[in-house]
Amino acid sequence: MPDPIPSSRIVVDARSVEKSFGDGSSRLHVLKHVDFQAHTGEIMMLVGPSGCGKTTLLSAIAGTMRVDAGDITVFGHELGKMSGGALTRFRSKTIGFIFQQFNLIPTISVAENVGIPLLIQGVSSGKALKRSREILDLVGLGARWKERPNKLSGGEQQRIAIARALVHEPPLVICDEPTAALDAKNGEIVLDLFRQVARSADRAVIIVTHDNRIFSYADRISRMDDGEIVEVHEQDHTEPPHFEHEHAH
Amino acid sequence: MIGLALKMLFGDTAKYLMLVAGLFFATFLIVQQASVFCGLMRWTTSTLKNVPAPIFVVEERVEQINETNPLRDTDVAMVRSVSAVRWAMPLYTGIQRARLADGSFKTIQLLGIDAASLAGAPQRMIAGNLKDLRLPNTVIIDELALQRLSLDPKDPTKRIKIGDHFEINDIEARVVGICEAMRSFTGGPYVWTTYQRALQYSPPQRKMLSAVIAAPAEGMTSDQAAAEIERVTGLRAYVNRDFGEDMNDFNTSTVWWYVKNTGIPISFGTTVVIGFIVGVAIACQTFYAFVLDNLKHLGALKAMGMSNFRLSMMLLIQALTVGLIGFGLGLLATSGFAMGALKNGQPPFYMPWQIPVAAFCVIQVICMLAALLGIIRLSLYEPAMVFRA
Repeated sequence: MPDPIPSSRIVVDARSVEKSFGDGSSRLHVLKHVDFQAHTGEIMMLVGPSGCGKTTLLSAIAGTMRVDAGDITVFGHELGKMSGGALTRFRSKTIGFIFQQFNLIPTISVAENVGIPLLIQGVSSGKALKRSREILDLVGLGARWKERPNKLSGGEQQRIAIARALVHEPPLVICDEPTAALDAKNGEIVLDLFRQVARSADRAVIIVTHDNRIFSYADRISRMDDGEIVEVHEQDHTEPPHFEHEHAH
Repeated sequence: MIGLALKMLFGDTAKYLMLVAGLFFATFLIVQQASVFCGLMRWTTSTLKNVPAPIFVVEERVEQINETNPLRDTDVAMVRSVSAVRWAMPLYTGIQRARLADGSFKTIQLLGIDAASLAGAPQRMIAGNLKDLRLPNTVIIDELALQRLSLDPKDPTKRIKIGDHFEINDIEARVVGICEAMRSFTGGPYVWTTYQRALQYSPPQRKMLSAVIAAPAEGMTSDQAAAEIERVTGLRAYVNRDFGEDMNDFNTSTVWWYVKNTGIPISFGTTVVIGFIVGVAIACQTFYAFVLDNLKHLGALKAMGMSNFRLSMMLLIQALTVGLIGFGLGLLATSGFAMGALKNGQPPFYMPWQIPVAAFCVIQVICMLAALLGIIRLSLYEPAMVFRA
């Protein structure tokens, strides 16, 4: 039986979002009047072909990029009205990031990597290390806390990245192509972790992907094309999700 | 975050070592060359150190101690007549040639001092008795003479010692003492004798008095006495302090004369500038490459909520840390060089505290420049870029 989905509320609300790059004839309209919502307790996947604008929308929701028009509200905070400094502080407390290339610092240990969001918030390195080891236990890598990230496999590195995204208990977790660099087995482990993470009444998970092997893990899928949301599909989880072992693009 | 910054720095061993090496060479070049320059300039004033009289009275156009425009013998009496003067004595300085027992000639720096008062005598005798200088045909030599006036300095039996003879201008010079003295700019050892005997040792000229050394009367400062001497005699009276800003000080005027009238500062200055350029080029280029290599990670930190200020501080800490290590190693290497120089007596080496302090500031400026390049690059990096694989 799949995990029960807790009662959800809208925590990410993007309205009429527009974003362009470049000037004059080379101007590229990447987001065209986009509306997007994400709820707590669910995995929302943002899918679509390369270049359709999903990473740009994710960047805007994460507060790492300003939009040209429209409003984005995340957990009641309107990002467009926040100053640069306030937005930076907001990101550090509210959002956990998981990047496609993991972006783990190779010269520090696994536990030190995981503890970075806590250090950013001003937690002492001792406390950060202790908390990092606890969260590493949860992702099954507690025994390897001393090692350097490059000694670990791709799947293990992504689990470290997940631990780093969760260590400061952010209400919103944003993942960019989390399975792009993983094989099927590791992809399955990582997605199972995401499901555990998302099954929280006060947390939302947004995953950008064009890896259709993992679509069955989503609670809702927003499909983008050419800078627009063309379809929002809610999935029925009467069947447990499973990892497609073959691409079916 | 300091720990994180340092671990990122030390983790990239190749760039870390490259940065340290660049700053090490820059420090070594700057400190070593500046110290050798200062040592050389100090040598130009060695007569003033070896004859530590408070006031030097010279011909009115003389600008530096190694320049000799002879005075009349009566000028000593004229200086003595100034009420601001406690005592005044004649001084002969000149470069002569000493003929050794094997027939070879060596250049010496001959000093002739008043036989009665022995004013201007060596400060510290290593062997012999200063008063023996009043005996006929006697001289006191400095330590350098043990090297330069010995038949074989490496053979203790052939090294010059008290009682040995050599000739100056075909006149016997018998060694009655060995003293400590600062080396001369010309490289010849200092040889003290009495003023009258110095005149015999030197080829005759119409005027042979090089300078009058004097001391201020009680209750007068050297500056006041020098001003009074100049007013009464029309001669030039310099005080003998140490290098500073006062051009009435003979040390200062001498050093500035060499700075302005020789190519020495340009030569050393060029090397110091090269040291700076090497430091800037290597540190900036390598540190910028280090930042570019870590841009992905720094961008991720930025996306995760680290402020530009904290990231800038991290880069600054990294740059200043390599600066500190490079400077420390450079200074250590310079100290090694200094030990060798002081042991051998050359090249000249004098490192006043201002040199390492200035070099430290220069190195840290280089590091801050390097950090600034990284900070500018990082501040232009949008955190959203981290999502672009």
